[in-house]
Amino acid sequence: MSVERDTPRVPIVDYLQLEEVPHLLTNQCSSCGARFFDRRNACGACGATEFTTTRVANRAVLKSFSIVHRAAPTVEVPFVSAIVETTDGTTVRSNVVGLDDLAEAKLGMALELITYVCGTDDDGTECVAFGYTRA
Amino acid sequence: MSGETVWVLGASMTRFGRYPELDTVDLAAQASLGAMSDGGVTIHDIDVLAAGTLYQASSGMGQRLQKQIGQTGIPVYNVSNACATGATALRTVYLSIRAGEADMGLAVGVEQMGKMGLLAGASKEDRSVYEPSGRYGAVMGVDGVLGTETMPGVFAQAGMQYAYENDGVGFEQFARVAFKNHQHSTLNPLAQYQKEFSMEEIMEAPLQSYPNTLLMCCPTGDGAAAVVLVSEERLRSLPTEVQRRAVKVSASVLTSDPYVEGGQVQPDVNTLTRNAATKAYELSGIGPEDLDLVELHDCFATAELIHYDNLGLCERGGAGDFIDSGAPFRDGDMPVNVSGGLISKGHPIGATGVANVFEVTTHLRGEAGDRQIEGAKVGLTHVIGLGSSCGVHILEKAA
Repeated sequence: MSVERDTPRVPIVDYLQLEEVPHLLTNQCSSCGARFFDRRNACGACGATEFTTTRVANRAVLKSFSIVHRAAPTVEVPFVSAIVETTDGTTVRSNVVGLDDLAEAKLGMALELITYVCGTDDDGTECVAFGYTRA
Repeated sequence: MSGETVWVLGASMTRFGRYPELDTVDLAAQASLGAMSDGGVTIHDIDVLAAGTLYQASSGMGQRLQKQIGQTGIPVYNVSNACATGATALRTVYLSIRAGEADMGLAVGVEQMGKMGLLAGASKEDRSVYEPSGRYGAVMGVDGVLGTETMPGVFAQAGMQYAYENDGVGFEQFARVAFKNHQHSTLNPLAQYQKEFSMEEIMEAPLQSYPNTLLMCCPTGDGAAAVVLVSEERLRSLPTEVQRRAVKVSASVLTSDPYVEGGQVQPDVNTLTRNAATKAYELSGIGPEDLDLVELHDCFATAELIHYDNLGLCERGGAGDFIDSGAPFRDGDMPVNVSGGLISKGHPIGATGVANVFEVTTHLRGEAGDRQIEGAKVGLTHVIGLGSSCGVHILEKAA
């Protein structure tokens, strides 16, 4: 682990928590429990203004997907874009990764969050992304 | 007089396609002059103007249009509401008349997109130094890393979620939607494309975002559509022949997306469409079983299929069986997108929500030529703009 710590790294988005076991964080409405990946001035579901930070479960099922063959020139295709539902009921969008063949993506398949390095900047800082792989 | 019934008096659209020799105002002017001429009125009869465009939303389209068709000093509303822009322009005029502020108004929707290609989906720029920015603290563009942001993919996911939740829906059902709309478009001289494709050609066309192949996606393009709306009282002052061609606006509804879990990562195009349809049926006293034709928002084949269900055209969960039964084909029980739909008629964004009212109006008048749905008396139009906004209008033939 000490070797890894020598390389500075940042999460691709601020709701990805890298330390300990990587997981996602949400701003959860203290009143109705709705979860948001971005900051909210008031809750989109109920209008309340108090939030707590809540951890999202890493296990999920594949609720929907698309195998994307055409995208902006800088985006590598094909890839499996996924809408997953975590075991604690939060919907997340990311890619299904680690499939030998993209046609293995199947609705309802069990998945698990993983992280991987998706880029390095000019200072040598690594960008860490998250995706979902077969559980 | 406020609260009056509102009628479509005139309607017109340009053929959708590509017009590099014209500018956007030319297209808007053509449709506007056409709608006024169709209604037998002039700019001097118009009390209010609403102009819808998405990509030129800050350009003062309405006022620029006035310079081409007549500057009479009337109130102008410039409207932008994603793919519901045209429907929102129409509804703006509708509300002015209902409020008693205007007797007659002109609503125009226009867009000039050329060959824009794929919409949405930012390029992934590797910054030289990672710094969090935006509401999610992203250090780079996330399109292609955290799922897709492109329209074919987002709507593919909307369709695939329906397939996850319901039986009898797969690649073939989605392809059949495109087969139908391409086939329908061969009868519509105003469609951008008028070519029939086999199921095989559709399913083997280049994949954009599975299950949407290229032939299951709407094109970008140019075009405009306009309608003249009039109050009941003013209509009755016009010649009998004009009154006979008028079409009643039995419901005009606009909704936005209520909160649903998951809406923050995958726009929910279902709930607001259901809400709009339910309200439109309530307001008009018309049910889906009474409809003779529907023009709905088939930006992608996957979208049309789920809107059969959202608009109540089929049993809940039964959209796969519905398309397989042939019901939404022009000779079926519930013709959908007999114009060719967005998939083949085209989708110049601002024009779409007025063009579908033109289409239904033309059928209710019995003036749709080769593509006429015989005896059509009632029709529904639907558009949805991501973000989201949904417009539904129900139109009825004059009694």
